[in-house]
Amino acid sequence: MSKIKSFEELKQLRKKVLTHMDIREKGDHIEELVEVRVAMATCGIAAGAREVMNIFVNKIADQGLNNIVVTQTDCMGYCYAEPTVEVRVPGKEPVVFGKVDEEKIQKIIDQYIKKGELLDGVIPMTHKEMED
Amino acid sequence: MSKYKMHVLVCGGTGCISSESEKIVKNIQECLIQHKLEEEVQVVQTGCFGFCEKGPIVKVLPDNTFYVQVKPDDAIEIVEEHIVKGRKVDRLLYKDPGSKKAIEDSKHMDFYKKQMRIALRNCGFVNPNNIEEYIARNGYYALGKVLTEMTPEQVIDEIKKSGLRGRGGGGFPTGLKWEFSRKSKSDKKYVVCNADEGDPGAFMDRSILEGDPHSIVEAMAICGYAIGADEGKVYIRAEYPLAIQRLQKAMNDAEEYGFLGDHILGTDFSFHIEIRYGAGAFVCGEETALIHSMEGERGEPTIKPPFPSESGFWGKPTNVNNVETFANIPIILLKGADWFRKIGTKKSPGTKVFALAGKINNVGLIEVPMGTTLREVIFDIGGGIKDGKKFKAVQTGGPSGGCLTEKDLDTPIDFDTLVEKGSMMGSGGMIVMDEDDCMPSVAKFYLEFTEEESCGKCTPCRIGTKRLSELLKKITSGQGTEAHLQELRRLSVVIKETALCGLGQTAPNPVLSTLNNFEEEYIAHVKDHQCPAGQCTALLQYKIDPETCVGCTVCARVCPVNAITGERKKPHSIDQKICIKCGSCYDRCPTHAIEKR
Repeated sequence: MSKIKSFEELKQLRKKVLTHMDIREKGDHIEELVEVRVAMATCGIAAGAREVMNIFVNKIADQGLNNIVVTQTDCMGYCYAEPTVEVRVPGKEPVVFGKVDEEKIQKIIDQYIKKGELLDGVIPMTHKEMED
Repeated sequence: MSKYKMHVLVCGGTGCISSESEKIVKNIQECLIQHKLEEEVQVVQTGCFGFCEKGPIVKVLPDNTFYVQVKPDDAIEIVEEHIVKGRKVDRLLYKDPGSKKAIEDSKHMDFYKKQMRIALRNCGFVNPNNIEEYIARNGYYALGKVLTEMTPEQVIDEIKKSGLRGRGGGGFPTGLKWEFSRKSKSDKKYVVCNADEGDPGAFMDRSILEGDPHSIVEAMAICGYAIGADEGKVYIRAEYPLAIQRLQKAMNDAEEYGFLGDHILGTDFSFHIEIRYGAGAFVCGEETALIHSMEGERGEPTIKPPFPSESGFWGKPTNVNNVETFANIPIILLKGADWFRKIGTKKSPGTKVFALAGKINNVGLIEVPMGTTLREVIFDIGGGIKDGKKFKAVQTGGPSGGCLTEKDLDTPIDFDTLVEKGSMMGSGGMIVMDEDDCMPSVAKFYLEFTEEESCGKCTPCRIGTKRLSELLKKITSGQGTEAHLQELRRLSVVIKETALCGLGQTAPNPVLSTLNNFEEEYIAHVKDHQCPAGQCTALLQYKIDPETCVGCTVCARVCPVNAITGERKKPHSIDQKICIKCGSCYDRCPTHAIEKR
């Protein structure tokens, strides 16, 4: 590391390292963010959930969408439609999408998250969560 | 965006390290490699999370899962279940003591809900050994701003406007102290960080140095610029090896990045820091004694004035601030004095870190806005008293402070209200006592501490604390008289008025405050020769209730001095002349027929 020689250089370095803390900063106010939960049970992983998660993370980073955070969850029970993801927009009911692939991920981001439009492949919620 | 998808934070504070948290880090890393996830999940060793009661803590982000009391062997389950399959490990989650329900997210824990973290903002959040994580959290930005956009006078003005008061205990306005140091004319000035944390039960300064050492380095450099000093010293006790190690690493990295050394950030300002070790004497927390100790002299205080801001280290103007005070500086300059003033109370803006200890459910380190009530701290954040017992008192301010009782629970805490109530803020140690604690014994404990820590320079402190502790020994061993109580009061007042430094002047506080709040307990000791809390062994009597005793003979068999006699299946009795009050019978009686009074 060469010495930082001005306030400007410090600002540049800060911009560069800011992403190191991205996940922690997001976790700090997760309730205000759009949360994308990828189902990561054995069936999900076998159907490609890990790739789905990677694509999500990369697309969000490429497009600089700071209001989205990707987490994982376990089997939601929709094994026929794996990989599945649940998208939680603050203030709205969670929505589950099935048979997610790269194309669909783009649609989820562009149509549902950005514009609030639903798209094909939404799995109707068949259960209530315990705390509800 | 980093390539990592998840962060696993593992507490690396001294407490959690002694519960093998370093092994947890290693096991998680190894397990991640087995699952080829080391590129996707970052494991970070952080500073103290504050929830020491349930350490070691492991936190998974971004979903904020908070695991408690994790063992090294649990690492595999955390990785295979949570990280690979997205299933939270239920048995390691924190259970709400009221509802017994597992809480997944640290934000819903009562312990964190009412806290506001300013001084501890980075503790448990960043890796203290990684300067870039500190920079990402706006680290050294305040230093950059100060050096390029503000004059030293403007910096002092901002700190004065913020109303920040010294967090070491005195509560002296920090900005004013800086101004005095600035105005002293000299060719050489020093900035000293007082990290000689000595109150029994207080560990906030250690935790800040362990969890966020860069904030102290940055604040000291800012202070140097403000008062016109080019050298800083950190006076720290040698018993804090981890804090020393992390601070040293932070200083080295800061120098490498150009935040310390000559021509910082290309300006004309130069600043160097050096660590000085203390041997752990309580009196060396007093600033004049601290300076003498740094000079290689005996750690003894001298009369003020002259204040260190006029004549301190090697006779040069020296600005001494406590660790927690420094930790507040960078963020005040980043967010402005007005932001800071809005937090806390009018006369004591900002927050205060407290170390909760004693008979409280959530032992740990917390930070709350000034003006929070004792009830909120002890019952909401601290989770109330252990084992459902009754709250009796809380000692604030350590050996220099006093105890507060039930009637003070709704007092908003700040520097001035605590003094009004006969105690003091001190460095923020809070020792909670329940119905089983005997107040004369508590006073005796603190007096034995100050007696031992008295440097011996002035007579009131050297001999006075010894006499006080002797009187308390008499009272708690059943040899006390009512005249002793008057003597306790008289002597306490004399010591307070005549001792040389803060140590002696405040040493009688635990005696006076327990006498004022629990006089009837003292009277019971000297008049009836009884200890209502059942703690003073010499005053106890064990008696067998003949109604409840079934004559099982267990007590007679466990008694080491054969003081218990009785026939089988008939009530037994204890010969008080032989009984040595060891309590063995009391602990073993299956029908709880033995009373302790």
